Amino acid sequence: MSLRYKAAIVGASETTEIGVLPETSETQLHIDSAVNAMNNAGIGVDQIDGIASTMNPAILSNYLGIVPKWIDNTSVGGTSFLIHVRHAAAAVASGLCETVLCAMGESGRSRVGVARRGGGGQLDNSYPGQFESIYGPLGPPTLFGMGVLRFMKETGTTLEQLASVAVAQRKWSNKVPRAMFGDLITVDDVFNSRMISYPFNLFMCCLVTDGGGSLIITSADRAKDFPTTPVYIMGTGESVETPIVSQMYDMTHSAAFQTSSKKAFEESGVSHDDIDHLMVYDAFAHLPIYGLEDLGFVGRGEGGAFIEEGNTSPGGKLPMNTNGGGLSYTHSGMYGMYAIQEAVRQVRGEAAHQVEGVKTSFVQGVGGMFMAAGSLVLTNEEPHD
Amino acid sequence: MTQEQEYGKMIPEPVPETAYFWEKVREHELWIQKCTDCDHVFHYPRFHCPKCTSSNLDWFQASGKGTLYTYMINHRPAPGFQDEAPYAIAVVQLEEGPRMMTNIVGIENTPENLVLDMALEVTFDDVLPDVTIPKWKPA
Repeated sequence: MSLRYKAAIVGASETTEIGVLPETSETQLHIDSAVNAMNNAGIGVDQIDGIASTMNPAILSNYLGIVPKWIDNTSVGGTSFLIHVRHAAAAVASGLCETVLCAMGESGRSRVGVARRGGGGQLDNSYPGQFESIYGPLGPPTLFGMGVLRFMKETGTTLEQLASVAVAQRKWSNKVPRAMFGDLITVDDVFNSRMISYPFNLFMCCLVTDGGGSLIITSADRAKDFPTTPVYIMGTGESVETPIVSQMYDMTHSAAFQTSSKKAFEESGVSHDDIDHLMVYDAFAHLPIYGLEDLGFVGRGEGGAFIEEGNTSPGGKLPMNTNGGGLSYTHSGMYGMYAIQEAVRQVRGEAAHQVEGVKTSFVQGVGGMFMAAGSLVLTNEEPHD
Repeated sequence: MTQEQEYGKMIPEPVPETAYFWEKVREHELWIQKCTDCDHVFHYPRFHCPKCTSSNLDWFQASGKGTLYTYMINHRPAPGFQDEAPYAIAVVQLEEGPRMMTNIVGIENTPENLVLDMALEVTFDDVLPDVTIPKWKPA
């Protein structure tokens, strides 16, 4: 079964506020965006009969006072929300339920209502614990870019091109009032920002914020019953590669990106030339470069130059990460929901920094450190043969 | 304060499929696995070959020779690493094919010193009376 035009996003909203929210628990960030998304779709909670979340769906169901017919708790990092959309589309298309709430919230910065992080001097028998943590990584900044120097050596990609990713995205966030960082920057500014984990300076690393977002998904034939412009799901994909970054099959490619995006393109029936708008999950500056290449928008080793030359900037031929991305807009730890939200806004024509004439958007998510991937093709075009 | 707390870094705890690897590391030897059905050589340790799912596997001692595949240099030390920052977290390409994460010892960890594909050899760090960690140094 293909999911092409079987389901639509009919409600979408982020939390009322994003950024630094020390008064809001992680549960409440889910709920705030969920209520906003239901309001956006013009429905009450009584119409929700499916729930997808990385948080235990029982917490959200019980808080909202519903007993759903369908749940999904897929939790493979920040791309989980793209995968929830895929699973929700399959669920409503096959009649397992009618209307799914995909909810997300994360107190990534303030850590309100979140389990504490571990310290040192402890035993760990997980695979990351035995084979990576013992060498002193401190979170994603010290692991996610592990392949970057190899990638640069093999492709000729330069540090300046890596820095230009952050520069390009500020050109978008400059006109996005909700973005945490909106000042225009230069490549030199990137190099002059604090060294975090060579080759990553601070501006090549994502923000750490609080926030959330939710979506309402139903079958395509019901989409017109809602007050919003339907955002049809045309293509979907998902995959996983490895629990530890050092064991990627090839550290200069994401096998999960390739598998997931290929499936989404095939299902959608659209070609790369049909994509008006692209979101590539940018926890760090190399991800849009890997994404452009692994999704097939450019050839091997061409991604860095493509961005540096302005092709993904305002006015460029492939507008990418138009909210400013995780580097400039917001990033609470699992960014995928914000990438979907921006794609929905662009496809609806209601983004802060709107690209003119967007019909079809491609969203590429990553989970963990190249652990998982999810892909979505979203469009405002009505189904036609 | 326990020895573990004094060490302060994360400590590997073997599980059944990885126990032999850690046992040999404790003896200052690096052993990896090879599938006797399809000849695939792999790391991290498993009970099944990641190429063909066979459980007919042999352990053998690796040469301990490799090259620097890639790395990052961490400027914000993890717990226990305060005296070492900035320090490299690297991936070594073993002569036999698999890759593994490591620290690079015996050389100041700067981008100038750490040149991709430079020759490395394994060394063993006895971090606690019953815990040894494999690390790599310039050959």
